[in-house]
Amino acid sequence: MSEATAPKAVEAPLTFLDDRLGSTTFFKRNMKKVFPDHWSFMLGEIALYSFIILLLTGTFLTLWFKPSMGEVVYNGSYTHLRGVTMSEAYASTLHISFDVRGGLLMRQIHHWAAVLFMAAILAHMLRVFFTGAYRKPRELNWLIGIGMFTLGMLEGLFGYSLPDDLLSGTGLRITQGVAESIPVVGTYLYMFLFGGEFPGQDIVPRLYMLHILLIPGLLLGMVTAHMMIMWVQKHTAMPVKNQTEHQVYGYPFYPVFMAKTGAYFLFTFGVLALLGAFAQINPIWLFGPYDPGAISSGSQPDWYMGPLEGALRIMPNWEITALGHTLSLNVLIPALVPLGIIFGGAAAWPWVEAWVTGDRRHHHVNTRPRNAPVRTATGMAAVAFYGLLWLAGANDILADKFHISLFATTWFFRVMVFVGPFLAFIITKRICLGLQRKDADVIGHGVESGVIMMSPEGKFSERHEPARDEEKQVILSKENARLQPPARDARGIPAPGAKGPLGHLRARLNRAWTFDDIPVEEHGHGEQEEIEGGRTSQEISH
Amino acid sequence: MKRITAWRRRPWAGYAVVLAALVAIGVVYAGFSPRTDRAEAQSTAQAAEDLKNGQKLFDKNCASCHGLNAQGTKDAQGNAIAPSLIGVGAASVDFQVSTGRMPAANPGAQVPRKTPIPTFNTSIKTDYEEKDKREAAEKQKAQAEKNLADLRAYIASLGGGPEVPPASAVDPAKGNVALGGKLFRTNCAQCHSFTGQGGALTGGKYAPPLSKSDVTPTQMYEAMLTGPQAMPVFNDTTLTPQDKQAIISYLVKTREEPNPGGNSLGRIGPVTEGLAGWLVGIGLLVLAAMWITAKKPKKLKKS
Amino acid sequence: MSDDNKETAGSTGPHEQGGRRERVIGTPSPAREKALLAEDDISAPAGVGEQLDERSAKRAERIVAAFFLLAFLASVVFIAYFIGWSGRDGGMHGVTDARETNFWLGGTMALAFLAMAVGVTIWVRRLMTSKPIVQERHELAADEASRAAFNRDFLEGAQDSGITKRPLLRRTLLLAAAPLGLAPLVLLRDLGPLPEKKLRHTFWGEAVKLAQAQGKKGVRLVVDGTNRPLKVSDFATPGSMITVLPEGIEEHLPEDQVLTQVAKAVTILINVPQEQFKPAKGRENWHVNGVVAYSKVCTHVGCPAALYEQTTHHILCPCHQSTFDATDAAKVIFGPAARPLPQLPLSVEDGYIIATSDYHEPIGPSFWERG
Repeated sequence: MSEATAPKAVEAPLTFLDDRLGSTTFFKRNMKKVFPDHWSFMLGEIALYSFIILLLTGTFLTLWFKPSMGEVVYNGSYTHLRGVTMSEAYASTLHISFDVRGGLLMRQIHHWAAVLFMAAILAHMLRVFFTGAYRKPRELNWLIGIGMFTLGMLEGLFGYSLPDDLLSGTGLRITQGVAESIPVVGTYLYMFLFGGEFPGQDIVPRLYMLHILLIPGLLLGMVTAHMMIMWVQKHTAMPVKNQTEHQVYGYPFYPVFMAKTGAYFLFTFGVLALLGAFAQINPIWLFGPYDPGAISSGSQPDWYMGPLEGALRIMPNWEITALGHTLSLNVLIPALVPLGIIFGGAAAWPWVEAWVTGDRRHHHVNTRPRNAPVRTATGMAAVAFYGLLWLAGANDILADKFHISLFATTWFFRVMVFVGPFLAFIITKRICLGLQRKDADVIGHGVESGVIMMSPEGKFSERHEPARDEEKQVILSKENARLQPPARDARGIPAPGAKGPLGHLRARLNRAWTFDDIPVEEHGHGEQEEIEGGRTSQEISH
Repeated sequence: MKRITAWRRRPWAGYAVVLAALVAIGVVYAGFSPRTDRAEAQSTAQAAEDLKNGQKLFDKNCASCHGLNAQGTKDAQGNAIAPSLIGVGAASVDFQVSTGRMPAANPGAQVPRKTPIPTFNTSIKTDYEEKDKREAAEKQKAQAEKNLADLRAYIASLGGGPEVPPASAVDPAKGNVALGGKLFRTNCAQCHSFTGQGGALTGGKYAPPLSKSDVTPTQMYEAMLTGPQAMPVFNDTTLTPQDKQAIISYLVKTREEPNPGGNSLGRIGPVTEGLAGWLVGIGLLVLAAMWITAKKPKKLKKS
Repeated sequence: MSDDNKETAGSTGPHEQGGRRERVIGTPSPAREKALLAEDDISAPAGVGEQLDERSAKRAERIVAAFFLLAFLASVVFIAYFIGWSGRDGGMHGVTDARETNFWLGGTMALAFLAMAVGVTIWVRRLMTSKPIVQERHELAADEASRAAFNRDFLEGAQDSGITKRPLLRRTLLLAAAPLGLAPLVLLRDLGPLPEKKLRHTFWGEAVKLAQAQGKKGVRLVVDGTNRPLKVSDFATPGSMITVLPEGIEEHLPEDQVLTQVAKAVTILINVPQEQFKPAKGRENWHVNGVVAYSKVCTHVGCPAALYEQTTHHILCPCHQSTFDATDAAKVIFGPAARPLPQLPLSVEDGYIIATSDYHEPIGPSFWERG
C-alpha cells in the first residue's frame, strides 16, 4: 500500500506546484494537522461560512443594485407602489425582488447570513470567553474577533441602509442625529458623511462603497489573519482525557476534519437557504420608500444594533447647555458608554486577568466555566447587561405584545440594566461554587452506586464507588486557586509592584478571584469532612 | 235627451266635459288621498317607533354610563366616566358598536375590540345547511342590523354629527393604493405600524391591528372620521373621502397580499427576524455541530 | 440519522450503565457526557485505520449515496424549474410569481445543500477509518539563541544603515513623512460643505419670504401627500392631526433638494381643544383657536415625532418614546429628548391657515454649536 502513488489527476498538479513552490513540504507537514473535537468549536465556523455566503450572494446583488439616490417614478411589477416617486436604490431593490429570478432568494439569504454571521461571532466569543480560550498565547485572535464584531456592526448597518426604504432611512436618520450630537466636530462630521444635509444625494453611494469594498476587504484580511493564527497556534482543547498542555489529541485535518468542516459549510448554506426560502426577511416593499415625514411604530434596527437602540431609549434626557454650546449627554452616553464597556472590557480582559491572577503561562487546554467563577460570573453579568439593553431596544414591541405600559417598560429597563448584571454575577458565582463543591464531593467521596448496604448494626447506607477515570480527568483538570503571596525578593522585601495603591488593588482583586475557591483534590474517603471544614474556616477568615 | 244634445252643441260644452273629468279625477283622487295621508302618517309613526326602539336600546345598553340623556357622566372627582354622545354622529356609533367596543365591559386603559353583543352583532354566521337554522340566523342578523340602525338614528337625532359612509366610498378596489401607502406611512403608521400590525401607545394603550379581515373598510373610514379613543381625527376636509378610500385600499390590499419571501414573521420588522435568526438559524446549526462531533458510531470488524 | 443510533446501541451497550450512572451524579450536559464516552476505545498509534464491519459499512455507503442522489435531484429540479417553469408567461414579475419562484428555488437549494451535508456527515461518522491521533504542541516562542542572533543582526543592520549614528537623517525623514501622512486627510475636505447656518433654517422661512414678496402675510400649510392647502374651517374638528409642509416646497426647489428640505420642514398640525390649550409666554398669537403646529423632527435624534394621542394630548416619538405635551408648548414629559419640539407661528389669511415665519430655533437634534 505504501508504494501506491496518487492518481494522475492529483499527482500532476501537485508536482507542478511542488516544482515551482516547494509546496509538498507544506502539505506534508499540515495534512495531518490535528483538530480536537467539540461541538462548540464549530460556532466560529458558522461565522466563517456565513461570511463566504455573504460575499457570494452580495456579489450577485451588486449586478442589479443601483446605488443612487436619483429619483425615479416606479413603474415596475409591484403594483402597490406604481406611480410612486422613489430613489433608484429602492426601485432597483424592488426590481431584484420581483423581476430577477432568484433575486429575492439571494436578498433573503444575504440578509439572513448577515444575521447569522453576527450571531455566530457573538456565540463563538462567548464560548471562547467562558472556557478561557483567550488566554496567552491567543490574546491577538481575541482582539481580532472583537474588531470583526465591531466592523460587522458597521457593515450590517450600512448594508441594510442601502435599499433606502422607510425603515433603513429611519436608521440613517438616527445615525445622523447621533453624529450631530458629537461635541465640537459633530455637525462637520454629519455634513461630511452625508455630503450636505440629511438625506442629500450622496449617502447611499458612499455607504455602498464602504459596504461592498472597504469593510469586506478589512474583514477578509482579519478573517485570514484569524485563521492563520489559529493554524499556527493550534486549536485549544477541552479538558478531557488525552488532552494536555503539551499534546493535542483529535482527528487529522485530512481527511476527517476536512470532511467535517465541509459538511458544516453545507449545513450552514443549507440552513441559510432554508431561512431564505421559508422566512421572509426585510420586506422593503412593505416599508415603502424613504420619506422624511413618515415613520412607523416598531422601527427597530437589526439585532446586533439592538443594544445601542435600547440604550438610546432608556437614557434619561440629560443635556447641558452652557457657554453657548450644547452637550447632548442623552445621546452621547448611550452611543458610547454601554458598548464601550462591553468591547473595551472584553479587549482588556485577557491582560486584566493575567495581572490579577499573576498567571502568565501559555494555556492550550480550556478551563471549565465553573473552575473560574469570577470570570464566568463577570461574563454572565456582561451577557445580562447586553441582553437587557437588547430587550430595551424592543420595548415598544414588548409593551404591545404583552399589554404593559410603555413607560413602565422603560423604567423597568432603567433599573434592571444596573441590577440585572449584579444579580447575574452573584447567582452565577454561587452556581459555579456549588458545582465545584459537587466535583470535590465526587473526587473525595466517590459516586453513589445505587447499592444500599446494611451494616451489622442494621444501619443502611449507600455504597460509594470511585468515579470513572474519564470523569476524574475532567474534574481534576481544575487548577486549585492559590492566593498569590505578595511578591518578595530573596531577602523578603516586597517587590516594587506590590506596593502603592495599584499593588493593593491587585492584591484585593487577587483575593476576590481566589478566596472562595473549593479545592478539588484526590483524597481518601475519611478526609472529606476536613476538606469541607477547611474551606469553611477559610471562608470565614475573609 | 234633446236638451242634452242641445247643450252638446253649445261652444263651451267641450270645456265643461274636460272640467268635469278633471273634477271627477279630483274626486277620485280625493277619495284615495286620505289613505295616502295614512301611509305617510304610518311611515312617520314607523320612524318614531324606530327612534323609540333606538332610545330603548340606548337606555338598556348605553345609558348606564353615558347618562339617560346621552349627556355623559362624571365620577365624584369630576373626571369623565363616559363622554357625551350628543353630536358624535351615526358614524361614531356604528364604529363603536359594530366593533364590539361599546357597550364596554369594564373600564381599562383602553376599550378593546370584541365580538359585538348579540343585539348588535351584524356579522353572525348565516350560511347554515339546514333551512330553519339559516332562516333564524338571517332573521337575527336583520334584527341586529335594524337595531344598530335605530341606535345610530337615535344618537344622530340628538345632535347630528358625521354620517356612516356609503358603501361606494369605502370600496378598496376603487382607491389609489400608491397614494394610500404614502398617506398611511405619513399619518397612520407611527401608531399602527407599516402594514397595520398595531403598536404600543402610552399608559398601556395601544393602536389596534388593522391587518385582520374583521376590520371592515367601513370601520376604517369611520375611525378616521371620528377619532375613537386616543386616535386623532382626520375629517373629510383634511383627508378627503378619496384620500380615505386610498388609505383603505392600501390597508386592505396589503393585508391580502401574499408574502413572497415565505413566512411573514408577523410583518413587524427586525425584532422577530433576530429572534428567528438566533433560535432557528443558530439552533439548527448547533444541533448539526453536535451531530458532526458526537461520538463515532462506526461498527468495527469483530476480531 | 436514526438508523446509526440503532446500530450503535449494541456497541455502546457496555457504556450504557456508565452513562446512566453519570446522569445520577449529574455531569453538566449530555454533550459533555458524550465527549467523555468518546475517548474510551482509542489508544492506537497515529493514523492507523480501523477495520470496518463490511456489512454495516455497505449499508452506510448506500445511505450516504442515497443522500447524495437526493442532493443531485434537488439541484436538477432547481435548474429545471429555473429554465422550464419560472420564466413562463413572460417571466417572473410581481408578488405572486416571486413567491412561487422563491419557494421552488429556495426549497430545492436548501434540500440540495442539506442532503449533501447529511450525506457527508454520515460518511465521516460511519465510513472514515482514521483514528484520533496525538500531536505535540510546539513551543511558539523562538529559543534563546535565535532571539539573541536576531537581536544582534537587527542592531547590526541599524548600525550599518547609519540611522542610529546620524540623527539629522532620522529627524528629517520623520519631518518629511509627517505632512505626507496628513495629505489624505486634506483630500477628504470636499466630502461635504461646512455646516455654517444651514441647521438653523428651514424652508418655512424661505416660503414665508416668497409669500410676503407677493404681498401676503405668510405661507399656506398644505397636507403632506395631497398638497391640499388647509382652511381654518377644514381643520376645525377638535382632536384632528395631520402632517403639513409649506405650500410650494416641491415647485420652488430643484428636484434633488426637495427631500432634504422636507426633512427639515415637516410639521405636524394639531387641533387641541381650545379650553385645554395653554399658549406659552410670547406665543399667545401663534395658534389659531387651539390649532397649533410643531416641528415633526424629534429633538432627540431626529425621528418624526408623530404619534399623537387626542385623549392625553401626548406627542410621542415612535423611535425612542420621547413624549411631548401638545397643550403646553410641546414640553418634554418623558423619554430621552431634552428640549420641546419647536413651534411654528401660525395665523389666518383669507380663511387659510398660514405660517408667518420660520421656526425661531433650530429644529431637530441638538448639536454643539446650537447653544
